[in-house]
Amino acid sequence: MIVPLSHVIVLAGILFSMGLGCIVAHRNLIMTLVGVEVMMNAAAIVFIAAALRWHLMEGQVFVLFIFAVAAAEVSVGLGMVVRVYRRTGSLDPDRYDILKW
Amino acid sequence: MTLYTVIFYLLSVVILVATAMAITRRQPVYAVLYLIVAFLGTAALFFLLGSPLLAGFMVIVYAGAIMVLVLFVIMMFQRSPQDPGSFFHWGPAGLLAVVFASLLVTMVFKDSGAGVMLKGVAVSPRDFGHFVFDRYWLAIEIVSLLLLVALVAVLQLGKRTEADDDESERPVEEGQP
Repeated sequence: MIVPLSHVIVLAGILFSMGLGCIVAHRNLIMTLVGVEVMMNAAAIVFIAAALRWHLMEGQVFVLFIFAVAAAEVSVGLGMVVRVYRRTGSLDPDRYDILKW
Repeated sequence: MTLYTVIFYLLSVVILVATAMAITRRQPVYAVLYLIVAFLGTAALFFLLGSPLLAGFMVIVYAGAIMVLVLFVIMMFQRSPQDPGSFFHWGPAGLLAVVFASLLVTMVFKDSGAGVMLKGVAVSPRDFGHFVFDRYWLAIEIVSLLLLVALVAVLQLGKRTEADDDESERPVEEGQP
């Protein structure tokens, strides 16, 4: 007996909304990536709790895939951030306006 | 209220506080350092919820590899990339997050099946590995392809091209007579 499932879901939901707020509020591409990491972390917590609730191992397998996807996402995202910083000299998404006319 | 329950709430507090500190920092370096604390707490939570192998992966992959990669990239920038930092941006974002979280909490506690207690069962890494490679070997192969694609994409993105030199270096030369 650890805790009710609902408490774990509430924890993950609060974490997810924190990540959402981080993405919306910050004007810095690295902080946006940090927000995405927080959201993926929350999703992984829900998967683990559901795997324990129904005694199915598929939830844990999904968390393994979440790790892989997060690694790929962060590496590609940081590569794009470095690229765009070289072109514009800024990390503020509002300044990426070279396609505007 | 068992010992595990106490540990769960302590870990929840650690994770929530560390994440809250992380997302409100203006310097990304501090944000990443706080996020490492949050991820270590999450690893302990995974261990508590019965998956020691994934807890190890959490420490190695998330708190180790990914966060160190982010730190390296932050240190590659010449100036510290700092937010302009106005609390005007936090109004809509905080509203969105609070509405989302309160809706979720309401729905979770309305659900009658949500009060089921979790029983502590641990999956040994051996069983987990057998299960994954028995039933989901194709997904593992697809994930390895995904990582390969990401590797190729990062190699291509990281190359310095002529367009970069045109955009970033020419204005500096023109600016100095």
